[in-house]
Amino acid sequence: MWRIFLLLWVAMPALAIDTFSFDNAQQQQRFQKLSEELRCLVCQNQSLADSNAELALDLRKKVYDRVIAGQTDEQIKTYLLDRYGDFVLYKPTVKPVTYVLWFGPLGLLLLALFILYRVARRKPEADPSDDVAANQRTIKQMIDEVSKPE
Amino acid sequence: MIRKLIPLAIFLVMAIFLGIGLTLDPKKLPSPLIDKPLPVFSLPRLLEPARQLGSSDLKNEVVLLNVWASWCASCRIEHPWFVQAAQRQLIPIYGLNYKDSRKEGTQWLQQLGNPYLASAFDESGDVGIELGVYGVPETFLIDRLGIVRYKHVGPVTETVWQQELKPRVDALRQER
Repeated sequence: MWRIFLLLWVAMPALAIDTFSFDNAQQQQRFQKLSEELRCLVCQNQSLADSNAELALDLRKKVYDRVIAGQTDEQIKTYLLDRYGDFVLYKPTVKPVTYVLWFGPLGLLLLALFILYRVARRKPEADPSDDVAANQRTIKQMIDEVSKPE
Repeated sequence: MIRKLIPLAIFLVMAIFLGIGLTLDPKKLPSPLIDKPLPVFSLPRLLEPARQLGSSDLKNEVVLLNVWASWCASCRIEHPWFVQAAQRQLIPIYGLNYKDSRKEGTQWLQQLGNPYLASAFDESGDVGIELGVYGVPETFLIDRLGIVRYKHVGPVTETVWQQELKPRVDALRQER
């Protein structure tokens, strides 16, 4: 049984294949890379390359046309960004709106390290009962008081 | 005492943020088209193929552009509202018949009523891509200068009209 699952799993990436023909291997690689970096807007957890949604198909065609026409990766991404927004990129561009996304985790890590440092450095609070010398003094006083002649 | 409340405070902050996250609809994506001119297009009309309907026709008035298709289930939900809105003359409504067949699109209008002043027939879906359409139905609010001012994704209902669209339409009509 598990063999069938394994087979399905291995075959999965091959499911969304179009009949695009390329002039050279480099174009094909660029197309492949781009469609893996771009997100399908219908089934949001799939890339354009993985998705069989109608829109993903259309957008793959647009990307293909542009690769063939010799546009740069940057131009193709901008084309989709202008229409669909940051969401199409799995790796959104770094700009003020996405700062929290990009640097938030690092900020949280630094904050956690800072708190850890503070906690680790803090001296344990003095417990009066641990002060041996003071205890000794108190006991001595008590003995003195008891043994004091009336 | 205050120290002991810190974990509770952290928990509350997280709960609030996660709570906000739960109420957000991940299908609603901000459109980069807002406050930009409607992309230039010109398409044959659905019912009168000989005539064109294009971006230049959606000017001089505050209008809605509703992206619809006969194969789209949610369009069926919102359609009665549009028919009613057309009867009440709330606002001029144009349609973009997206990736449909002329036969089925026409049938749909005949059976369910035609609230549109005209529908552009976008068989290939190319204009849809220019508009950043990713899930029908979508409804664009366009001002007098032909600038996209708002986009609603999902069916338009009376509630959506009252809460999201009408206040904006009223404000845009005030603009000179």
